[in-house]
Amino acid sequence: MLELKNVGFVADGEVEILKDVSLTINERFVAITGPNGGGKSTLAKLIAGIYEPTSGQILLDGVDITHMSITDRAKLGVSYAFQQPVRFKGLQVRDLIRLAAGRKITITEACNYLSEVGLCARDYIDREVNASLSGGELKRIEIAMVLARGTKLSVFDEPEAGIDLWSFQNLIHVFEKMYEETRGSILIISHQERILNIADKIVVIRDGEVTKYGTRDEILPELLESADAGNVACDVLTQKIK
Amino acid sequence: MDEIQRTLLKEVADLDALPVGAYNIRSNGAAAGRNSTANIEIVPKEDKPGIEIYIKPGTKKESVHIPVIITQTGLTDLVYNDFYIGEDCDVTIIAGCGIHNCGGELSQHDGIHTFYIGKNSKLRYVEKHYGSGDEVSKRVMNPTTIVHLDEGANMEMETTQIAGIDDTDRRTEGDLKAGAMLVVKEKILTTGVQKAKTYFNVDLNGEGCSANIISRSVAKENSWQHFDSRINGNAPCAGHSECDSIIMDHGCVTASPQLTANDIDASLIHEAAIGKIAGEQLMKLMTLGLTEKEAEEQIVNGFLK
Repeated sequence: MLELKNVGFVADGEVEILKDVSLTINERFVAITGPNGGGKSTLAKLIAGIYEPTSGQILLDGVDITHMSITDRAKLGVSYAFQQPVRFKGLQVRDLIRLAAGRKITITEACNYLSEVGLCARDYIDREVNASLSGGELKRIEIAMVLARGTKLSVFDEPEAGIDLWSFQNLIHVFEKMYEETRGSILIISHQERILNIADKIVVIRDGEVTKYGTRDEILPELLESADAGNVACDVLTQKIK
Repeated sequence: MDEIQRTLLKEVADLDALPVGAYNIRSNGAAAGRNSTANIEIVPKEDKPGIEIYIKPGTKKESVHIPVIITQTGLTDLVYNDFYIGEDCDVTIIAGCGIHNCGGELSQHDGIHTFYIGKNSKLRYVEKHYGSGDEVSKRVMNPTTIVHLDEGANMEMETTQIAGIDDTDRRTEGDLKAGAMLVVKEKILTTGVQKAKTYFNVDLNGEGCSANIISRSVAKENSWQHFDSRINGNAPCAGHSECDSIIMDHGCVTASPQLTANDIDASLIHEAAIGKIAGEQLMKLMTLGLTEKEAEEQIVNGFLK
């Protein structure tokens, strides 16, 4: 269970990005949505330890992780898929999968993770994670790494970006399978209605505050309605309704 | 051969035992083993230290190992090795030098390798430099590689210096005739107060010839590196050089690439990048559970792999 208690974050000592965020996350899938610039990615980074809150507390299964390093949180069971995956000159896909798994794994195991995210393992396992990979390919490798980690909390920042429509259903299948294996919580930042549709709970963050938090049935109709009324929750939703 | 010599041989030539095929092993300035084959003949030079290697035209899928090992302190070893590779060959030459020095004096190996590569021949040349021993005993290596590529010849050179060399002055020079291709992949890691200078000069003289020089290096602690490359396009040709360096601690790297186009159809490109390890790379690996130091090691190892 992840608990955020009155979490605030001020960037560069002056810009207040998040204000007094309190959330308890214990469900399978929780989606975080809201307008661009509202503070969603910052929240993910605070959970992963990339940023440290300027106020408040973050607890994972009752353990205070507020001031814990990225490494210690990772060891405790937090995984984080970057919105913009990082490229590494020289490191191969298999190296990253092995590091993610945290142990020596067979080629077959590594290949299985890649196949899960829709990459032909034979073509990718030896590829360097450099500029030769497209944004969509990197996104899938990023997801495969979180799969290989199999931790109790997995945070994805816009995992659908760059993933084509054909494989969208597979992506949802990946999340479902991940849950079956880890029985942990999966936290997904997304603008996509189809992702919001599988969420048990939806959090709406706007101007650094949690403006709505509830079950999908409570939140989604409202979101779609407000998008329709021109009170834009997100561009994708608006376009869909039009 | 003692344990230290065996370790050096393993490091520089990946050899546990005597290699298959042609070989020449030089130990502490003298020949320690030599074997010629039906297609590859190795003969000692008469006028100066070194060997001549003759590879018959049409020789395919054969290899030559010519490792050098030094365990004697205070020894300065200079050799001239000339390689004559006939036409239509496809061969691999594995060189390399290992110095183990803990005797307090300077040990040095200067190897001057000259290649004459016949028409349409293909050569893979692998060279590894390695040093071990204590901190006060200096280890110096100055390899010079001169390559002459005939029409349609192709050479791929992999040269690596990962550890233990205090001072190195590496020179690689090449001239290419029509349709020839030269690819050089260099990897250098320096630590402590080590110094590494690497110099390339390639003359692209024939129509349709090409050169690609790729140097990746890491300068740690207080070490110093200087990369100097010159590609001269004297015909319709393609030349590319790339110097990519990671600096850590107080490391210093100078990249000084130079391109000269003497022909309107010479297409020459250089890329150079020097910088520390990107913060987001460290962060990504830390989100996988690695400490900052472990993340750094993985990034450097991958970069030099």
